[in-house]
Amino acid sequence: MDNSRKHNYFDLLFASVTAVASFTVIIFIIGIVAVLFNESSLAIGRFGVVNFLTSTVWDPVKGIFGAATTIYGTVVTTVFALLFSIPTAIGIAIFVTEIAPNFLKTPIGVAIELLAAIPSIIYGMWGLFTLAPIMSRYVEPALKASIGKLPYLGFLFQGNPMGIDLLTASSILAIMIIPFTASIARDSFNLTPSVVKESAYAIGATRWEVVKNVVLPYSKLGIFGGAALSLGRALGETMAVAFVLGNNHRIATSLLDAASTITVSLANEFTEADTDLYLSSLYYLALILFVMSFVILAVSKYFLLKAERKYSR
Amino acid sequence: MKGTIEIEVKDLNFYYSGDIHALQNISFPIFKNKVTALIGPSGCGKTTLLRCFNRMHDLYPKHRYEGEILFQDRNILSNNIDLINLRSRIGMVFQKPTPFPMSIAENIAYGLRLKGIRSKSELVGRIEEALKHAALWTEVRDKLNESAYELSGGQQQRLVIARALAVEPEVLLFDEPTSALDPISTSKIEELVASLKKDVTIIIVTHNMQQAARVSDMTGFLYMGELIEYGTTEKIFTNPDNKQTDDYITGRFG
Repeated sequence: MDNSRKHNYFDLLFASVTAVASFTVIIFIIGIVAVLFNESSLAIGRFGVVNFLTSTVWDPVKGIFGAATTIYGTVVTTVFALLFSIPTAIGIAIFVTEIAPNFLKTPIGVAIELLAAIPSIIYGMWGLFTLAPIMSRYVEPALKASIGKLPYLGFLFQGNPMGIDLLTASSILAIMIIPFTASIARDSFNLTPSVVKESAYAIGATRWEVVKNVVLPYSKLGIFGGAALSLGRALGETMAVAFVLGNNHRIATSLLDAASTITVSLANEFTEADTDLYLSSLYYLALILFVMSFVILAVSKYFLLKAERKYSR
Repeated sequence: MKGTIEIEVKDLNFYYSGDIHALQNISFPIFKNKVTALIGPSGCGKTTLLRCFNRMHDLYPKHRYEGEILFQDRNILSNNIDLINLRSRIGMVFQKPTPFPMSIAENIAYGLRLKGIRSKSELVGRIEEALKHAALWTEVRDKLNESAYELSGGQQQRLVIARALAVEPEVLLFDEPTSALDPISTSKIEELVASLKKDVTIIIVTHNMQQAARVSDMTGFLYMGELIEYGTTEKIFTNPDNKQTDDYITGRFG
């Protein structure tokens, strides 16, 4: 009897420790949200919600702040990063799951994981010292001379090719999120039941036809979820972008212009925030970023779960 | 029973990766426009043998074939065989229904397009023909554009058979096609198999001996990777030469 009571006591202790560890996470989330709200209340009171979200003025000297320029920079860099990375990531996933011979699958998988393991500050340094000069010397002048001359698309490539701009920042982000999109796309591809793939091969389909008509339709939801997850990561990325985007508060229509994102503003300006309102406005930006990331994460989880439930039987 | 030989298996040996000797010295003929059943206990190699006929094993690494499978006098195990072409001539139906994630009509059009048929009117005609052939037309004629997943399991299996028939194969392989179906759907598939043999040669793997007895003309009994006995279904089920065959069909093991 004694022994079993001791056992029960120990088990209870064990359960409590794990429970406390888990609840800590929830407490942190609540604490962080509370601090963001509390610290930004001054700016919320002064500028309101709609006005702050739509105002393009960011003037620390006059004490007028609006989030539109940084939200714009955040959205543009992430959207272009996704545009660059998704096709590459899907290509990688198709190669690794369907095409590569076995002896190549593991090395490529490891290389992709290593890409994800590089700290973002290193991407930033590499972007500033290697990618930016290449972009300004070769890539951007070429784009300006070609696409920049076209109607409709031309506006994307105007201005001085400095290399410190939206295009370079998007490229860095794209490279950073490829591993995430690729590994989720690969997992989604593997959800396709092999017997369905076999039956496509069995009526004489080629690998391309099997991927296009069977594997991709099966993985749609998963790829979508993976893209959203990468989007969440790209939104919150600071260090790599801070080096190559220039922190310029304006709505830049050309990809060759410097701009700013929420994260870049926060990283650069906290030390300069000399008034309460300035500091409060930066907290307000942080709150907006938190909400954006939260929504995107929720959406991506929803689609990934749906994909799993639909196909993994 | 005699007839034209469609496929001749000669001294076939098959090894899975790691040199697992799954099929040993198998030789037998498969007659044109007959139903040939392959029976035997789980793991005896009957599905492995079936998957040699359309080289399905080639999708996975490190297998090895030895010997010959002559299909209309050409060795389909040779390296210079065009697998895409082979598989459009030797179709396959799997254990579980495997509709593609598209509409009923598109499922059938898929294989036809792979064969290069693009004309809309021809596709429509061939889809109807294939569905009639698989005894599914009257049940789906009003919902051709609905997802194939809306159909019941038995209907899905007939859809898959229609899809395989649409590309006009000469041989059709069935891998336990009714193991996931209810008795009514099963009997429909069996009737279908019996009616198809006038157009195609059929090889069917089944663990259900009554099914083999009902649908097949020829039966091969496999055990531990060897073809123990091969002959007319009537002989195998009433008066087999081999004691192991007798034990198996009378239910003493397996």
